Amino acid sequence: MAMTGVLRPGHAQLRVLNLEEGVRHYRDVLGMVETGRDAQGRVYLKCWDERDHNSLILRESDRAGIDFFAFKVLDEATLDKLERDLQEYGLTTERIPAGELMETGERVRFEIPSGHKIELYATKTQVGNGLQVTNPAPWTPAAEKGIAPVRLDHCLLYGPNIAEVKKLFCEVLGFYLVERVLGPDGEGEAAIWLSCSHKVHDIAFVEHPEPGKLHHLSFLLESWEEVLRAGDILAMNKVPIDIGPTRHGITRGCTIYAWDPSGNRFETFMGGYQPYPDYEPTTWTFDGLGEGGGLDYPQRKLHESFLTVVT
Amino acid sequence: MPYQVTIEETGERYTCGEQENLLIAMARSGRRGIPVGCRGGGCGVCKVEVTAGDYETRAMSCQHVTEEDRAERRLLACRVFPRGDVSVKVLGKMHKAVCTNAGLRPTEKTKI
Repeated sequence: MAMTGVLRPGHAQLRVLNLEEGVRHYRDVLGMVETGRDAQGRVYLKCWDERDHNSLILRESDRAGIDFFAFKVLDEATLDKLERDLQEYGLTTERIPAGELMETGERVRFEIPSGHKIELYATKTQVGNGLQVTNPAPWTPAAEKGIAPVRLDHCLLYGPNIAEVKKLFCEVLGFYLVERVLGPDGEGEAAIWLSCSHKVHDIAFVEHPEPGKLHHLSFLLESWEEVLRAGDILAMNKVPIDIGPTRHGITRGCTIYAWDPSGNRFETFMGGYQPYPDYEPTTWTFDGLGEGGGLDYPQRKLHESFLTVVT
Repeated sequence: MPYQVTIEETGERYTCGEQENLLIAMARSGRRGIPVGCRGGGCGVCKVEVTAGDYETRAMSCQHVTEEDRAERRLLACRVFPRGDVSVKVLGKMHKAVCTNAGLRPTEKTKI
């Protein structure tokens, strides 16, 4: 599909309880590339095949969770337009100056009704993926380090008011609904998967009473074998696993969920299909989520920790 | 050297090594229904009160363990490493799992 407006997930800032433990996890076990540290002590990382300077920022804090999740937009004019559109829609926006995050241009930050801080930005220094742009090789040695996901793929956030969140993302930011889970009574949407591209999701939400919670950050792998290899690497490094390796009915994604050393859940993910904005959204009933295999297709069951543990 | 951990409500005991945390050792004991969450001090599902004994802790989220909690020795079991025999009371989500029959391991009394 044509790529205009909001392009893709750009970065997430995670809170970790111990910075160096967090860095060791994301750099050495997940296999991301450390690209910088700033005066605030934050550490910047990227996946090997990402071109921009960073996609994950780790900040040491006394509580786990997510500070903000950001999307890259096409250009500065698009950023200005989307900021005006958000304000006209009734949201308060804040401009964060260029350079506040390393190698990153001005950001527009706003809080959505689920209590999460979302950012848009148009500019980030392109450091490349380690391959030449003329006649490149298909991969680099960095592609073999640790689990080595190719990019930050999406996140799942837990919070209240997801009906309003859906309206905002679809009516203002140009996302569309790909899949949804209805509530236990068959009314309302308990969970939504939204795309700004033709990925099965660029962001997803689950209705939850506490605002601003992180369920997981997801990192993309290119094959089911790589997901299984990720399982071996997680086990070798004694990383606690939540569920998987398995496949979701929802999005058809193949996956493992596990926890970083501060208890933030992350996903090693591949698969899905290629939705387009004209597709009818797929609907899962609440029974479909469990016995229907929406969450865990091979085992066809719910996992309480997956549904309830967030940071 | 492994230490003894006593669960006050049930009188059950399990062993926990110095390098192990109270949660992993409890889960290893074979009891069903232990709410093992993130195991990293971030999610808060494994809260206990250490009523006796020495221990060391690692970082845990202040969203789940306040200064007052810490002073009252209410901590996340996944971040508590024993330095002697300890006794704990189970709190929050863990309480239901540990203190109902569904969570109990078979004992002499319940074996058929």
